[in-house]
Amino acid sequence: MSLAVEMHGGDANSVCRHGVAIALSVLALLAFLITSSVARADALDDTLARFLDDKFPGTEKAIGELAAEAPPQAAAILEALGDNRLLIDPADHVVAYKTAAGAILNAKTGEPIANVAAFKKVRVNNALRRAIEGATGSLTLANPDAEKRLAAAEDVFRTRDAKALPALQAQIAKESDPRVADAFRLARAAILATSDSATSQDRLAAIETLKARGDQDAQSLIDQIAQKATDPAVKSAADSALSSIHTRLMMWGAAQDLWYGLSASSVLLLAAIGLAITFGVMGVINMAHGEMVMLGAYATYVVQLLLPPSLQNWSLAFAIPLAFLVAAIVGVAIERLIIRYLYARPLETLLATWGVSLVLQQTVRSLFGANNRLVSNPPFMSGAFHVGGLEITTNRMWIIALAVLVFVGLQLVLHATPFGLQLRAVTQNRRMAAAMGISTARIDMLAFALGSGVAGIAGVALSQIDNVSPNLGQGYIIDSFMVVVFGGVGNLWGAGLGALTLGIANKILEPVIGAVQGQIVLLIVIILFIQKRPRGLFALKGRAVEA
Amino acid sequence: MSLTKRILSRAAGALVGGALALAAGDAWADDTIKIGILHSLSGTMAISETTLKDVMLMLIDEQNAKGGVLGKKLEAVVVDPASNWPLFAEKAKELIEKDKVSAVFGCWTSVSRKSVLPVFKELDSILFYPVQYEGEESERNVFYTGAAPNQQAIPAVDYLMSEDGGSVKRWVLEGTDYVYPRTTNKILAAYLKSKGVADEDILINYTPFGFSDWQTEVSKIKAFGSAGKKTAVVSTINGDANVPFYKELGNQGIKATDIPVVAFSVGEEELAGLDTKPLVGHLAAWNYFESIDTPANKEFIEKWHEFTKKPNRTTNDPMEAHVIGFNMWVKAVEKAQSFEPDKVIDAMIGVSVPNLSGGYSTMMPNHHITKPVYIGEIQGDGQLNTVWQTPGTVVAQEWSPYLEGSRDLIADWRKPMACGNFNVKTGKCGG
Repeated sequence: MSLAVEMHGGDANSVCRHGVAIALSVLALLAFLITSSVARADALDDTLARFLDDKFPGTEKAIGELAAEAPPQAAAILEALGDNRLLIDPADHVVAYKTAAGAILNAKTGEPIANVAAFKKVRVNNALRRAIEGATGSLTLANPDAEKRLAAAEDVFRTRDAKALPALQAQIAKESDPRVADAFRLARAAILATSDSATSQDRLAAIETLKARGDQDAQSLIDQIAQKATDPAVKSAADSALSSIHTRLMMWGAAQDLWYGLSASSVLLLAAIGLAITFGVMGVINMAHGEMVMLGAYATYVVQLLLPPSLQNWSLAFAIPLAFLVAAIVGVAIERLIIRYLYARPLETLLATWGVSLVLQQTVRSLFGANNRLVSNPPFMSGAFHVGGLEITTNRMWIIALAVLVFVGLQLVLHATPFGLQLRAVTQNRRMAAAMGISTARIDMLAFALGSGVAGIAGVALSQIDNVSPNLGQGYIIDSFMVVVFGGVGNLWGAGLGALTLGIANKILEPVIGAVQGQIVLLIVIILFIQKRPRGLFALKGRAVEA
Repeated sequence: MSLTKRILSRAAGALVGGALALAAGDAWADDTIKIGILHSLSGTMAISETTLKDVMLMLIDEQNAKGGVLGKKLEAVVVDPASNWPLFAEKAKELIEKDKVSAVFGCWTSVSRKSVLPVFKELDSILFYPVQYEGEESERNVFYTGAAPNQQAIPAVDYLMSEDGGSVKRWVLEGTDYVYPRTTNKILAAYLKSKGVADEDILINYTPFGFSDWQTEVSKIKAFGSAGKKTAVVSTINGDANVPFYKELGNQGIKATDIPVVAFSVGEEELAGLDTKPLVGHLAAWNYFESIDTPANKEFIEKWHEFTKKPNRTTNDPMEAHVIGFNMWVKAVEKAQSFEPDKVIDAMIGVSVPNLSGGYSTMMPNHHITKPVYIGEIQGDGQLNTVWQTPGTVVAQEWSPYLEGSRDLIADWRKPMACGNFNVKTGKCGG
């Protein structure tokens, strides 16, 4: 009994002791948690305090600490720092950041801050931006969003931050998305390639991964392995990978030059095709043609200025018809007021239209100012994507598409409409066409409107790749005449083929002999060609052509 | 053609003159001293030069409000050389001979300066030239208030070679094909080689004026930069070609953290025509930025906005050069107690005036001024933020020590030497 009691007592005692122990350990745990969170909070405070001085070395240290300690706020703080949105108030020792939406939040607590007057931005430089890329890379490798993981892997690949290696190894095993896993392996290969202590096995694996990527970055990384490696197996693997990448790059390089040529041709074609109509049909040397292009570009600027933000992405869809209209109206005005009095007097037309071009330039300069105007690229017109080893910038791609559309459209107008038929008749034999009852004056006016309007559309395209300034047109007028004269006057196919030849020839010559010399060589070739074939590639045949 | 241009420029001149008459009012009194302003208001250079004409009008207005100089009011005479180099010489002659101006503030391109040089020498007048240039020149009648290569290009390269700038080892020198980039790149290449950079790590490339299709060039830079060594581009690309260049950089995804581009001809004005978000971190080297945080600069920007009645009009480096040059001229006139060019030229040397970045700039015996150098990074809002600056001001080396043939030359316009190209080896003036 007593034993039992004792036992009970013992039990009770032990229960009691257990209870105390549990309570104690809970307390201890609590205390630990509190102190550790205090410690962590202190560390975060210390880290954030480094931003307050706004000195580059301090900021760099803070970035390293945020990456190492990885408090939950780290990613947001680093992102803000990289985007110049991290704010400090050195007087009150407050660090805050501005969200993309514009709210200002305390960097530590995440609470909104009302009084924002005293804040200034933390400065960053390129060295810091690299550190931020590396840090956010390793911080977001485990992000639940696959796109973010992909971007993180890309960051690590570019910064080759060796500190990310352990996290990378851990993530590769867990990764389920094959795209992300590939990116992780590439990032690991990049780190291993630049590391001095990697094993031969690691290096062989890195070469294999990089060889599959096969671009310039991979080539330089493998090259680094080849220089570091002492193991003959690694060396020979690196050499064979290098030679295979080299061949691949050569082939894609040639394709890339061809693409650049196509793109240059599309710009030439757009600028010149309107001229092919006016010059071709009426034989008018219109030196103000470039200014029609310029007006089209300014029309794009005005459209972007007037459109509400919700429609900005569609600005080009509005700009194309407006640019066509504006340029066509100005073109008709020039034809009615000046050019028609000077038909059959080419030299005077040339001088008069040159004068018109100066007047138009100065008018635009007075209206809009001499400075370049900002025309923004809608999202679908910026950036680039890869097709194999080809890098295709989207703005150039759309401009090629537009050039093809304009070309096909004009062919349809010329060959499938009554206006087109009359236009061709006037082109081939003006007097006979007039005798058949075609009002040649009306056709001249319409042709001028069409040619100028198409130049306006070219302006919309050029606003996406060039300056929108009063001088925009001047840069294209010579090239346009070159295309038209080379291709053959009065023939759209001639203009098309002329633009294609000149564009591609230019872009093949440029990497070989340089941009300046390339243009000179091309000019000489054209002069020689015109000596041989004065009427260009596609000479028009007809009874009145010689007249 | 030239007739049209002349009529245009006359019309523009008449307009400006008329506006001036309205603004200045009593400035047309008898006792006025004339100041010539020789900046293109039409043609390709109008984009850069119009601003300089405006800042000169503001400075003259301000000086008149303070009571003029030596008790006389100043009067601006504005002419428009229309970006036409021979016309610069004609207009300079007109200003000096017909209008009898006491000093001329003007020119932007080196070729326009070279075209007016004989006029200023022959008629013995004063030109203040406010733009950074290639050096290799020092003339008695010209005061160079812009930077010489060692006040802009060489510090920029030094910064990129430093750890802060990314320890750059490989260099692309990309320029427009004319005298300023060619000379600057020659100096830079010699300087880089003297710092131990190998030949194969320097790529020099030129493109024509107004070049707009940068695809091949940018991909060349990208390929050159992927050789495993940190690469940077030093850009002396001029004027209008810059916008398509930066657009192509952005589109091909070249970030400043990978291959930074440092430019010598891109300022706040040029950036105003660009979406700068993809360009954040690319660099520019100047002696002044609008973002420089000093009381003097703040006051200047406020006055500028008030004068132009445009609250967001930018300020830039050549504007500051004109501010310094004009204040130096006023001080030299007061020192000489005369408006006569001969006396003013002698009085100019040693004159020291505050610049807008909080220090003092001094006119040196070589007719160039001392300047601080700033490296700025392009920000998302189109401003340039200082990331590095020289500890003090830098004295211009008008004759570069890195070029054969100019190494032994010095310029000192103090008497008795009074020579712009004294050869220290042969001991003779004249190169």
